Amino acid sequence: MLIHVNLNDKPVSAEIAPDLLLVDFVRQHGCYSVKRGCETSNCGLCTVFLDDRPVLSCSVLAARADGKCVTTLEGLQEEAAEFGAFIADQGAEQCGFCNPGFIMNALALFRDNPTPSVEEIREYLAGNLCRCSGYEGQLRGILAFLDWRKEGAV
Amino acid sequence: MKTVNQPLRKKDAMALVTGQPVYTDDLAPADCLVVKLLRSPHPNAIVKSVRKDAAMRVPGMEAIYTWEDIPQDERRFTLAGQTYPEASPYDCLILDRHVRYVGDPVAILAGKDEACVNRARKLLKVEYEVLEPVLDFHTALDNPILIHPEDNWEALCPVGADNHRNLCAHGVDSSGDIDQVLSECDIVLDRTYHTKACQQAMMETFRTFCTIDVYGRLHVVSSTQIIFHCRRIIANALHIPKSKVRVSKPRIGGGFGAKQTAVSEIYPAFVTWKTKKPSKIIFTREESQTASSPRHEMELHVRVGAMKDGTIRGIDLHTLSNTGAYGEHGPTTVGLSGHKSIPLYGKTDAFRFSWDVVYTNVQPAGAYRGYGATQGLYAVESAVNELASILHMDPTILREKNIIHEGDIMPAYYNAPNTSCTLDRCLRKAKEMIGWDEKYPVRDMDNGRVRSVGLGMSMQGSGIGGVDVGSATLKLGDEGIYNLIIGAADMGTGCDTTMAQVAAEVLECDFDSISVFSADTDISPYDSGSYASSTAYVTGKAVELCARQLREKICQLGARLLKCEESQVEFDGKRVFIPGTPDPEPSKSQTSIPALREVSLMDIATASMAFNDIALECTVTHTSELSPPPFVVGAVELEIDLETGETTVVDYAAAVDCGTPLNPNLARVQTEGGLAQGIGMALTENITYNSLGRMAENSLMQYKIPTRLDIGKIRVEFECSYEETGPFGAKSIGEVVLNTPPPAIADAVYNAIGKRFYELPITPEQIAMAVLERNNRRNIP
Amino acid sequence: MITIQNYRLVDSLEEAWTLNQKRSNRILGGMHWTKMSRNPVNTVIDLSRLGLDQIEESDEAFRIGCMVSLRQLETHPGLAAYTEDAMREALRHIVGVQFRNTATLGGSIYGRYGFSDVLTIFLAMDTSVELYKHGLVPLNEYAQGGFERDVIAHIIVKKSPAHFRYLSVRNSQTDFPVLTCAAGVYAETGSMTSPENDPASPALLQADCQPGYAPAAAVRLCIGARPGRAILLEDANHILKAPLTPDAISRFADYAATQVPTQSNLRGSAQYRSHLVRVLTRRALTQIGGDSPC
Repeated sequence: MLIHVNLNDKPVSAEIAPDLLLVDFVRQHGCYSVKRGCETSNCGLCTVFLDDRPVLSCSVLAARADGKCVTTLEGLQEEAAEFGAFIADQGAEQCGFCNPGFIMNALALFRDNPTPSVEEIREYLAGNLCRCSGYEGQLRGILAFLDWRKEGAV
Repeated sequence: MKTVNQPLRKKDAMALVTGQPVYTDDLAPADCLVVKLLRSPHPNAIVKSVRKDAAMRVPGMEAIYTWEDIPQDERRFTLAGQTYPEASPYDCLILDRHVRYVGDPVAILAGKDEACVNRARKLLKVEYEVLEPVLDFHTALDNPILIHPEDNWEALCPVGADNHRNLCAHGVDSSGDIDQVLSECDIVLDRTYHTKACQQAMMETFRTFCTIDVYGRLHVVSSTQIIFHCRRIIANALHIPKSKVRVSKPRIGGGFGAKQTAVSEIYPAFVTWKTKKPSKIIFTREESQTASSPRHEMELHVRVGAMKDGTIRGIDLHTLSNTGAYGEHGPTTVGLSGHKSIPLYGKTDAFRFSWDVVYTNVQPAGAYRGYGATQGLYAVESAVNELASILHMDPTILREKNIIHEGDIMPAYYNAPNTSCTLDRCLRKAKEMIGWDEKYPVRDMDNGRVRSVGLGMSMQGSGIGGVDVGSATLKLGDEGIYNLIIGAADMGTGCDTTMAQVAAEVLECDFDSISVFSADTDISPYDSGSYASSTAYVTGKAVELCARQLREKICQLGARLLKCEESQVEFDGKRVFIPGTPDPEPSKSQTSIPALREVSLMDIATASMAFNDIALECTVTHTSELSPPPFVVGAVELEIDLETGETTVVDYAAAVDCGTPLNPNLARVQTEGGLAQGIGMALTENITYNSLGRMAENSLMQYKIPTRLDIGKIRVEFECSYEETGPFGAKSIGEVVLNTPPPAIADAVYNAIGKRFYELPITPEQIAMAVLERNNRRNIP
Repeated sequence: MITIQNYRLVDSLEEAWTLNQKRSNRILGGMHWTKMSRNPVNTVIDLSRLGLDQIEESDEAFRIGCMVSLRQLETHPGLAAYTEDAMREALRHIVGVQFRNTATLGGSIYGRYGFSDVLTIFLAMDTSVELYKHGLVPLNEYAQGGFERDVIAHIIVKKSPAHFRYLSVRNSQTDFPVLTCAAGVYAETGSMTSPENDPASPALLQADCQPGYAPAAAVRLCIGARPGRAILLEDANHILKAPLTPDAISRFADYAATQVPTQSNLRGSAQYRSHLVRVLTRRALTQIGGDSPC
């Protein structure tokens, strides 16, 4: 079947199999930041935005993205670098394999809730697993980023 | 220090946080054959036949291989990434007619895409002769059912192995007369502990792609910690010369020891070698959980003898380790269960440590961060905690009386001297951080919940003493830039960065002027690989020595350019110069050009590329007889709901002695990550098998690693010793940090509810039911 | 992994219903569970274009489209107010925000999963399932099974005045629950649509009011993850037909522990679950009783 997707602000038309998953579709179209870490919707590595909402691309049929906007980290390079630098300054990116999904969902959090509390951060990002960092460095990086942004706004 | 001990950003950090395509599957050629495995549904069976004609008719299928394509009597090999001759037995074939656990490969399938390979796999018709399995590791030794009855099973090292007894290794180490010492003790605590085959669960599952290079050689690109061992393992498996194999690693999405075993490499290697076409294998999470290289399940029988005043006089430990269907890392992990736990108690008069490692029909174990020390420390530290409560002593006071100090000789650690150690300071610091004196043992929160504390200590090594080899190549290039080339594997740990920090410190240069390359068997100087907590200490020292040697070479060429003796010049990172004031002072009226007194690094680099015969590059290889232990003391504050048993880690405080942290940020995150894994092991990560040998926890849905909601506050402080033999005083950090949560949490549970658990994980159910039982007992007059 | 032959984005419920009469076809919810199924599917039926992703709130009820995501339910102010945050509490542990952004209410209800937090909380409310062909069916009836080939269009929750609490126990925070417990204490019973509730008794409604304890006209206690499908417990012995005193609650919790069937699985034993039935029932009702003005 033929689908038309707005992938990172570029129109993409493709002939796809009905059971193609969005994670495979975006990787086939060069969005290698999107990773797969499980088959059971548990890890959060494959997070992309579907019409600006964070979703698990491993659990979305590519067919369902027809006519919609799909955003991956490839389409958010500036935001990713801006926020990611704070994670890097903690050394909390570690192996980096969970980073794209984690950063996508963190950006979604900041859009949903620009001044989240620690508990709100933990809860919003609970579906993003990381085996390296123990999460503390990620949290420090997020808080430092929020502080920096607050100072910038003043 | 200018760069060492500075919290610098990892060199690859921005690539990682912006999602650049730097991992194995991102780099695999688009036209790769997709390789998948048909795996045995039986824990013990003989594959009688595989009918593959229907499967091969699926459009797109390239090849299907079964045991009939592998000579069953050829030399076996081990998948364990260890220095040759490996301690792990040679007990594997690429495909073995005898399948030994649920998940053991039966067929290798290769086709043009995933869909056709999946279809073909469903069409394979396999006939098994199902055999009775050995699933309980207590019954494995001398069981009439043999896991490895074959004649071509082979142990290269004298590790006490005997395949006709299901014995992968056996041994005893001791000092003093333990039986005599224990008989003299006021109290001998005798306890048995059980730990499970926990999974590393790194986010990137096992994966490899292979191509044939321009010279007709097999190029293996893999997510591995051990490129050089991989080259040997693949050549052994394929029975081809090592000259035909090249292994490189891109970025790795986590390893934690899992990728110290060649779990995925041999299958695409075989396919590409046979078909001469590129191929790749990507393990599913289910395969990663059920057919890989997890921690060895162990049962640890501890006897600790002490006097009433709290003097610990002797420790007797027997470890039974379950290596599963194959012996990867079996003979070696078990050693650490004693050698990295007993030495913490330095005042003992005697110790004995004995072990049996047995084969069973479950998933083979491998190397997981902590590597046996984790299991041993859980047992010994738990026993010491229990001893303290029996003696009515604060467990921290008991430890203060008994722990080793810097300068002590460690009989249970190969009689090595304890060259650097702040364990005593770590103990004080951890107590202070957690507020031990105010919180020990337990506080009632008046809401049905209690808060309790518990503590554990940990040691590990820094590389394998007398074995591990680290190397570094450094070269100077245009404009004074440096290339550092290593064979160690940064798997997220940041060793590319810390190694560059060491080099920059010695070369007195900008951190950014050092570019790092790792790792490729064709390019990198030899390195055992990144495991056994070796990289910072062993490879780090190689980098330091290499940079010092390169300084000399820079001075040599600089002196030639300055037309003086090498002994006359110095190097400050930017220039080679002749120190002191010129004498005699040339008068301004003189027209002659004064002799050059300095030459810049840039000019030296430029000069090195024209009419030059001094190589401005060098390679240094380093090794160490010593393996200085790093230390951690960890203290936990738990909150327990007494009715539901729900347990929350409110706070975890760890004081760490890793010598000089090469990069404090990275050392901190290593610690936090290790603690989180230890917390998972203590509370949620379970492995269970049913009577058919199938594992229940075969996904991240069932195997519960901690989420960020499951980890309370984690706090880390460094109590740095200075290890003279390490680079700038550094010891290792990677593994030692995982080990304290199991004993600390187990003791905190005891302090909360008065019941001890001798098996991990400790679940809410176990806690709730224990409280219920206690309350019921109290209600009976 | 599942294989799918055809994908159909339908234009009407009639079209969806017609397609769904074939056994090999399946309506797509959030796809999280469908994806893991090993049975091949001929045609997946997508209801995304039918505008069923809205929560409509009136004075009497919530009318919730089957394609509404769990995240929409979790963040809906009206549902939060009506359920006193029990809705949010029931949903916030489910895997993660991204998962809840696509998991649908219709899929959760249709699946009647044993572990379902969703079924547990909706059963405690006065909920009906609006099926395309069968019309309104009380959720408790729907949960028993049947109607497999009908199409859930909406879930209707009547705003019967009530207090709600949701509690669950999990081995880790985003895991499946070991046990779920939702309690609804209704001020009036006249509007209840569930068959198992006795008609309102004026005497009960005028029960003596002890300070601090709410009168319990009717209690809907729902226990899920037993690990079997969530069930509603009837107060057959009328233990709670009196103000929610600690003693009555305690007796009802004991009763619940003996009445709710539990079994063992990976996450907990039957014995532990029955213990939790007692604990969570008592806590949920106590919290409601303690909080409620008389």
